[in-house]
Amino acid sequence: MTAIAVLLVLVVLALSADVLSDHLFRTGFGDIDLPGAFAKPSLEEPRLWFGLDALGRSEVVRMLYGGRVSLFVGVFGSLVALTIGLTVGMTAGYFGGWWDDVAVWMITTIESIPLIYFLIMIGLYFKLDAVSLTVFIGAIAWLGAANLARGQTISLRGRDYVTAARTVGASPGRIILRHIFPNVLPLMVVVLMLAVGGTILAESAISFLGFGIVPPQPSWGNMLSGATQYYFKGPHLIFFPSAAITLTVLCVFLIGDGLRDALDPRLRGSESIARR
Amino acid sequence: MGRFIVRRLLQAIPTVFGILVITFLLTRLSPSDPIALMYANQPEVSPEQLASIREAYGLNDPLPIQFARWVGRVLTLDFGTSFFYHRPVIELLAERIPNSLQLSLAGLLVSVVVGLPLGVIAALNRGRFPDHVIRVLSVGLNAVPDFVLGLLIILFLAINLRWLPAGSMNVVGEQCTFCWDRLWHLAGPVLLAANGGIAALPRFMRAEMLEILSQDYMRTARSKGLAEKVVIARHAFRNALIPIVTIFGGVLTVLVSGSVIIEVVFNWPGLGRLIFDAANAKDYPIVQAAVLLASLLLVISYILRDLAYAWVDPRITLGR
Repeated sequence: MTAIAVLLVLVVLALSADVLSDHLFRTGFGDIDLPGAFAKPSLEEPRLWFGLDALGRSEVVRMLYGGRVSLFVGVFGSLVALTIGLTVGMTAGYFGGWWDDVAVWMITTIESIPLIYFLIMIGLYFKLDAVSLTVFIGAIAWLGAANLARGQTISLRGRDYVTAARTVGASPGRIILRHIFPNVLPLMVVVLMLAVGGTILAESAISFLGFGIVPPQPSWGNMLSGATQYYFKGPHLIFFPSAAITLTVLCVFLIGDGLRDALDPRLRGSESIARR
Repeated sequence: MGRFIVRRLLQAIPTVFGILVITFLLTRLSPSDPIALMYANQPEVSPEQLASIREAYGLNDPLPIQFARWVGRVLTLDFGTSFFYHRPVIELLAERIPNSLQLSLAGLLVSVVVGLPLGVIAALNRGRFPDHVIRVLSVGLNAVPDFVLGLLIILFLAINLRWLPAGSMNVVGEQCTFCWDRLWHLAGPVLLAANGGIAALPRFMRAEMLEILSQDYMRTARSKGLAEKVVIARHAFRNALIPIVTIFGGVLTVLVSGSVIIEVVFNWPGLGRLIFDAANAKDYPIVQAAVLLASLLLVISYILRDLAYAWVDPRITLGR
């Protein structure tokens, strides 16, 4: 419950980044104030709450905009992954045959390319922004969902009610959508939560390395990669983004954990899959 | 077992082919032009010359032909020459792999040595204080990004306490692979590498142990008067280990994939650090080869995992 509340607050804060920076903090995420660089956090002015970064930009405002990017990539990246995973997994499980072979082959192949290496290569070959990064992460991270959906579909395919639906002449599309999908869905809600956590971690890691979201657009990951050069001058620049990522992912995983216990105890410990 | 090994190896062929296709296609679909990049520092090379070089490299041929030619070269371990180091890529890779393996294997060892006992302790104290502590620890570790944990290790253990070095493999001037100096430098990165396993293993081990502790043969073992230690160690622990082998796949993925972050944060000259530096220098041949090699390492680890699984549980056969 606490986790849901904290996460909601974070989402609302990130969504209202524009309003807050215009009216409360009165500075944008790119406004530079060189004399004030590395100012320590203080309560004097709202824009100084989290201090200033190496270029004197307001850390709290950058955190808000960074959160927007991280949460956007996390949520929509997982949704893309889930959509692909469900489509591939359910159709492969239902139809079997050559399409199933192809699906399994795609899954084992992509599974064998380490995620960070994959993303570095993509980041090097293509200029990434939040939207394209979301699509790419989604296009890679659908394996877990596909595997589960496929397994689930195979076990459902032989059930009596599916056979019954087929005998009265329901088309495969209708059977998958109306009879199999609703039964796979509860599982997928859990997978979605775990995937959101995994995707936020992946985005922050790749942005931290410098091949994800490119500055000046802030993301929690790339804010940290700038901060590592200033261990001594600006420890607050390391603290706030780290704390934000950890807190967000922790909340997401806790919610996923709770949902899993409520819905399906068989999925124990599958965040290591989401983590990749 | 022999037939199993052969079949498992054959199964890996389509996977490796898929990896080759993906790395090749991504390179070819990229909007950037490798030839222009190769000669980026030599403006005296005219566009016509670039075009003829492109022709000479066969970049105007149909994609399948280019792919076949490239696979042929990869099979003979010819990954081209690095734009940046001006040395064969295969040499650079070969130098880095032992360093990465040392780090990953040490990380695997630490995560097993720490993670499995934690799971057993949690199971034996189910619902009591140690169980809660271990649960919170593993959920927490799972949520902390690797680079944050790495920065924390450096900040506290290296900079504040000065217990560990902040990076690299040896003290300047020292060159050794198995010595105290290396072990000292290994401690920080290994702590980070073991993190994924320490977060995941206790939960699985706890679940397995709990299931086994409620089995009939546990009661039999106790009732024939065996000491509790023997019951736990010989009857429960050993049986719980069998399914644990399956999740090593996940642990290995985290290890290989996470190596980039670990090696970048601790400046460890392994494969991950190489691809990071190469990508920053736009050194395409190295990036492509490093991705291939890391994937291949993962394919091999998955094969080893499956073999280990078949070895501990003879009922396992291949097929769906």
